[in-house]
Amino acid sequence: MTSILPSISSKKLRRFGKPLVFALMLIPAAWLVWNWWLAFAYQPNGLGFNPQEESNRFTGDWTLRFLLLSLSITPLSKLIQSPKPLLFRRMIGLFAFFYVTLHITSYVWLDMLFDWAELWADVLKRIYITIGFTAFLMLIPLAITSTSGWVKRLGAKRWQRLHKLVYVIGLLGVIHFIMMRKGFQIEPLVYALILASLLAFRAHKYWLRQRRLAS
Amino acid sequence: MLIKRSENWQESENSVTSETVYLNRRRLLAGVAVAGAAALAPSVFAQRDRVLKPLTATPTSFKLDESPTPEDAITQYNNYYEFGTGKGDPADNAWRLKPAPWSVKVDGLVDKPGTYALEDLVDFNALEDRIYRLRCVEAWSMIVPWVGIPLASVLKKIEPQSGAKYVAFETLADRDQMPGLRWPVLDWPYTEGLRMDEAMNDLAFLAVGLYGKELPNQNGAPLRLVVPWKYGFKSIKSIVRISLTDTQPATSWNISAPREYGFYSNVNPDVDHPRWSQSRERRIGEFGRRKTAKFNGYGDLVAGMYAGMDLSKNY
Repeated sequence: MTSILPSISSKKLRRFGKPLVFALMLIPAAWLVWNWWLAFAYQPNGLGFNPQEESNRFTGDWTLRFLLLSLSITPLSKLIQSPKPLLFRRMIGLFAFFYVTLHITSYVWLDMLFDWAELWADVLKRIYITIGFTAFLMLIPLAITSTSGWVKRLGAKRWQRLHKLVYVIGLLGVIHFIMMRKGFQIEPLVYALILASLLAFRAHKYWLRQRRLAS
Repeated sequence: MLIKRSENWQESENSVTSETVYLNRRRLLAGVAVAGAAALAPSVFAQRDRVLKPLTATPTSFKLDESPTPEDAITQYNNYYEFGTGKGDPADNAWRLKPAPWSVKVDGLVDKPGTYALEDLVDFNALEDRIYRLRCVEAWSMIVPWVGIPLASVLKKIEPQSGAKYVAFETLADRDQMPGLRWPVLDWPYTEGLRMDEAMNDLAFLAVGLYGKELPNQNGAPLRLVVPWKYGFKSIKSIVRISLTDTQPATSWNISAPREYGFYSNVNPDVDHPRWSQSRERRIGEFGRRKTAKFNGYGDLVAGMYAGMDLSKNY
């Protein structure tokens, strides 16, 4: 990919690449909706014996994956010395928001059946849910201001500063995942490691810039 | 007079393929196909398609009005971290476990210590059917038809000394049989324990079977504890050691997270897990959640053992 991408024109990427990536990123959601459809029709389905648990985990996993993917676009673009990956960054970020919305829908509707009292108690009393919910709230302004109009309205500099929130969101998301598992498990740590390396890339860039400014 | 005409699609009961043959159809085919390599192949297939022998047991009064959770759910939705942390991992990986021959080491404050063959510890002529609720600490539940014997009958056999106050149990920890041991999810081997009066309680049960047959590997073959008034993780699987002690034994989940999992771990809707509510549970197979009962509905039989104890401190 790293060698192919720069050779495709931006126009082609916009016209064919983006719809393709869009369709690919919809696949997990389509799988989920299809399997819930089967479950409600009492048909055999892929959600297993505890479909609510499976659907909460599935949507959470994909939220984190798209969040980490959106955070890896900038490093990738630096790595292959081409701005073309940046064409996909907003779309991937919005997909992370789309999947976290499914995650919350799954939890609030299918799992808790709109039991608001119990839900509110969960958000307040369970630290891992408090953390996850905070990350979701922080993602809302980023999704709203993702349009070009909002970049202009805020000014590039302020817009960029606002969107640095995604680092905190990534951190909260991974902490939410680690805390949700029982015992010392490897899977959340893999996500943590990927996030750490993506953040380290930013820290390194920041440090280089500071040094340049100082000299 | 009733004349029963049988349609040509109707099969008689005796033409049904026997379960043994059905389960082994791949092995039978493979046996034909690779007769030459037969020296190695049968042992592999034999483990993968373990045939669960039916057990003869007498019904007891421990029954429920609720109908049991379907067998496929009980045998494919498991927490058995020695075989992986996913719910389907135990069913996928537990074929590596060799449940026979099996022996249990008995030590500590007993008059009859030693290494017992499973058949010497458990009287297979005295098996009982018991239908118990199972409430997992993760807030889901099942109704499980176990086959086994009262724990008290085994304790009687090994003759606890008067100083014995606790019973400690240990699960097998063999990397060759249990791929999950490669990562320290918990401090292996898995250990659990009961107070002596809890262990002698009528409800405390050692299961060797499920749904009228031997225990599948993923459910803790060949010998597991069942203490239905406590969260599921107390019901330790694939037991290789029973020790009687005068001090409270260390238990795996308590070592891992003492704030979340206490020694007692009685089902209690009033005492939440720090990370989630325990007031309700999802019965596997049902859509919504139902209210969780204190001591999982077995209060009549067990509440007396905890009289005067602060259950929010002794969780």
